[in-house]
Amino acid sequence: MTDTLDMTLLARLQFAFTVSFHIIFPSFTIGLASYLAVLEGLWLKTKNEIFLNLYRFWVKIFAVSFGMGVVSGLVMSYQFGTNWSLFSEATGNVLGPLLGYEVLTAFFLEASFLGIMLFGWNKVGPRLHFASTVIVALGTLLSAFWILSANSWMHTPAGYELRDGIFYTTSWMEVIFNPSFPYRFSHMVLAAYLTTSLVVGAVGAYHLLKRTRLQAARVMMLMALPFIATVSIMQLVAGHEHGVNVHEYQPAKVAAMEGAWETREGAPLLLFALPDQEAEKNHLEIGIPKLASLVVTGSLDGELTGLKAWPVDERPPVAWVFWSFRVMVGLGMLMIGLGLVGVWLLWRGSLEQRRWFLRACIAMGPTGFIAVLAGWITAEVGRQPYTVYGLMRTADSVSPVTAEAVATSLIVFVFVYGIVFTAGMYYMLRLARRGPDERASTPPPDDNLRPPLGALLGRRRDETAEVKA
Amino acid sequence: MASLDLPMIWAGLLALAVFMYVLLDGFDLGVGILFPFAARDQDRDDMMNSVAPVWDGNETWLILGGGGLFAAFPKAYAAFMPAVYMPIGFMLTALIFRGVAFEFRFKASGSARRIWDQAFHWGSVVATFSQGLILGALVQGISLEDGRFSGGMFDWLTPFSFVTGCALVWGYALLGSTWLIIKTEGELLAWSRITALVSAVVVLLMIAVVSFWMPAIDVLAAERWGLRYPHIDWSRLLPLTPIPLLVGVAFWQLVRSVRRGHTYMPYLFSVALFLLGYVGLLVGIFPYIVPYGLTIHEAAAAPNSQALLLVGALVMLPLILGYTAYVYWVFRGKVSADASYH
Ligand code: HDD
Ligand code: HEM
Ligand code: HEM
Repeated sequence: MTDTLDMTLLARLQFAFTVSFHIIFPSFTIGLASYLAVLEGLWLKTKNEIFLNLYRFWVKIFAVSFGMGVVSGLVMSYQFGTNWSLFSEATGNVLGPLLGYEVLTAFFLEASFLGIMLFGWNKVGPRLHFASTVIVALGTLLSAFWILSANSWMHTPAGYELRDGIFYTTSWMEVIFNPSFPYRFSHMVLAAYLTTSLVVGAVGAYHLLKRTRLQAARVMMLMALPFIATVSIMQLVAGHEHGVNVHEYQPAKVAAMEGAWETREGAPLLLFALPDQEAEKNHLEIGIPKLASLVVTGSLDGELTGLKAWPVDERPPVAWVFWSFRVMVGLGMLMIGLGLVGVWLLWRGSLEQRRWFLRACIAMGPTGFIAVLAGWITAEVGRQPYTVYGLMRTADSVSPVTAEAVATSLIVFVFVYGIVFTAGMYYMLRLARRGPDERASTPPPDDNLRPPLGALLGRRRDETAEVKA
Repeated sequence: MASLDLPMIWAGLLALAVFMYVLLDGFDLGVGILFPFAARDQDRDDMMNSVAPVWDGNETWLILGGGGLFAAFPKAYAAFMPAVYMPIGFMLTALIFRGVAFEFRFKASGSARRIWDQAFHWGSVVATFSQGLILGALVQGISLEDGRFSGGMFDWLTPFSFVTGCALVWGYALLGSTWLIIKTEGELLAWSRITALVSAVVVLLMIAVVSFWMPAIDVLAAERWGLRYPHIDWSRLLPLTPIPLLVGVAFWQLVRSVRRGHTYMPYLFSVALFLLGYVGLLVGIFPYIVPYGLTIHEAAAAPNSQALLLVGALVMLPLILGYTAYVYWVFRGKVSADASYH
């Protein structure tokens, strides 16, 4: 028994580690693929070299990130079988076809046209090349569609029938469009776009600070900041709707997110607390009265069920859920702030003098990734102890392999990912620091920027202006 | 619909996916295996560039193989994967290093570049060898109890699987060198031809060794081929003799086409060799999907699951094959420096 417990813990650790590593890259490539499609489209439309240079610049970073996404994804798709074979056996009828569709509709598309996108410049015309970029972007979104459908089904199973421990599908529509899927899909896609725009903004800000690649940097800021402002607000709305949905289907998770032990009306929104799983209470609570009830139920006196309503072995690890949720929402708020201030500064035309703001943009560069990881931890730890919510326990999902085998492979993965991640980050950062080429052969003069880009940029065009470091 | 034998159709589709994988990723892994043996740095650049635009699409067939097994035969997936836990781990780790090497190598400079060269080479070798181990483990049979894996973590490690591992390394080297015959010019082309001849001979030997060994360790194959040593049942063996005969013909044509300087023929005959070896193996295993515990029908997913995915596969596979062909067509001809975006 202890052996299966160890085994379960190790398999969980391994899954959490490898999938967390994997999601870092999709979060970036989903957004970047769409960004590249926009850049190339703008280039075809305006013939302004700057968009082409930006494309050439970001596509190199994209290639590195995509490569790491592919190899870490390959690991994921085999891990279901190696570590979670009982889970696979039970859910294969339902999840198998969804993952199968992901391969057939998305992975082949991405992988094949990526070749043209990266290496096809001299082999196909600009329109076909653009088409390839769009197809790759579409592929990443399709892939997110299917995998999130599969994942959402595990959170809110629907359209199934359980016979002898095996799930059978009764309605594919209900399986694919299960109750939490629309929320999870929109929240995740917004998260990917937000993550990417934060990185673009950070790279732009870096070059504005260093006074290098000014042209390209300005375009990046101009594209990123208003985008961050809009999408982060959309994310707040989507996240809220998502939370209401979670409250409906997984109230224990919401109780953990809110750190609520007792069932009560008019529950406070806790800003700080140290949840104590054993003592069944929080230490050092700081909160805003009644706000949690308002946010979740829509009324100040709405009732929020506390964790004590569930038996001890049905409660998720509260501190993880509580804190990861706060990290995500906190960062979301900071993003909204960054976006709004950024748009204000752009509007005033004083972006480039506000060095503190440019530094803030750089500091916020990696926060998208952190929020994505925090969000997934909230969602996934919050559904423990189940893999299929309410139906199949995590402990009953693991493979009949030895704990030693899982431990060894976990160590190997940590080691290998460490090397690959370090090298990949190094190359990407080096590319980012070098910045887009401004090829001497066709120097794109400022005035080439058409309105409204040119008009907005025109406000601050003295590149030679001395700025003290 | 009722008359459709869905499990058999799916078994056929999966067999096709695995074969497509071997045929396509086989040559780019093969290029990786041969990589350090080329004479000059420029050759290595050309070798890498010849596969850089297509390797990712090729590897996707592996994902289809794994994903398809999960979807169409979840019981087989659940029973088989734990049995080959370790070789799968080796393969994935190796594929990680090899996959990132494509991007990292061209972004690195100096000695770091050497590291990614090594990663590309050893990644290819280990990934291939592990696939051979997995194949060997499958052929030997998996210990199951109630349809679940009940063996040890090292069951896959036997002299036989070691030999199938080596055989596959040489096999992919053959595919890789015949691919290079299509893609390269000058000295590298001459070198690829010699390499192709050498690997062809070794592959032929390996096929012979595996063919005569398999009946000795696997009762079903012995029965099918009529080779219950020392007893030989000619009535069973004779109808199957076209397979080994065709192997001989394919080998002969392969050697001839290389020596005559054909461009595409060597690769096609290498594929023919693989196809024949593959059919020979399947003859020994059929109708098992996890030898010798789960048959194709026993392991099948629910009919509506197989049917749903079949619709997708019938629509998507022709499309996939179509645009895969298109991508290969875009990158047709000899590799040249302009194929690189770096
Ligand atoms: C929200 C999106 C998302 C999520 C939650 C996941 N993935 Fe992923 N995955 C992608 C989005 C993505 C992506 C955007 O399609 C890829 C392509 C390149 C990349 O960086 O990410 C990717 C690549 C990728 C690949 C390689 C595909 C190729 O060759 O192009 C595989 C096999 C998987 N993934 C499998 C998985 C599995 C089994 C997951 C769950 C446990 C998973 N992914 C979570
Ligand atoms: C890609 C973003 C994802 C992240 C960062 C993530 C994160 C995690 C984490 C941290 C756990 C461990 C929870 C715990 O053990 O307490 C977990 C468990 C799990 N997740 Fe996810 N997850 C992601 C997506 C998915 C998807 C798309 C699926 C399936 C289609 C999935 C399936 C599982 C399964 C089967 C477990 C079981 C292991 C367990 O419960 O510990 N996850 N995930
Ligand atoms: C701004 C306020 C936000 C709110 C109210 C919010 C709300 C939520 C909620 C309730 C969940 C849990 C879903 C579940 O348990 O199934 C969640 C998950 C998640 N969040 Fe957020 N979120 C916000 C911001 C963000 C930001 C800024 C990001 C990333 C850039 C992000 C990324 C994620 C991800 C990746 C998940 C896991 C996947 C999912 O379940 O959708 N969130 N969010």
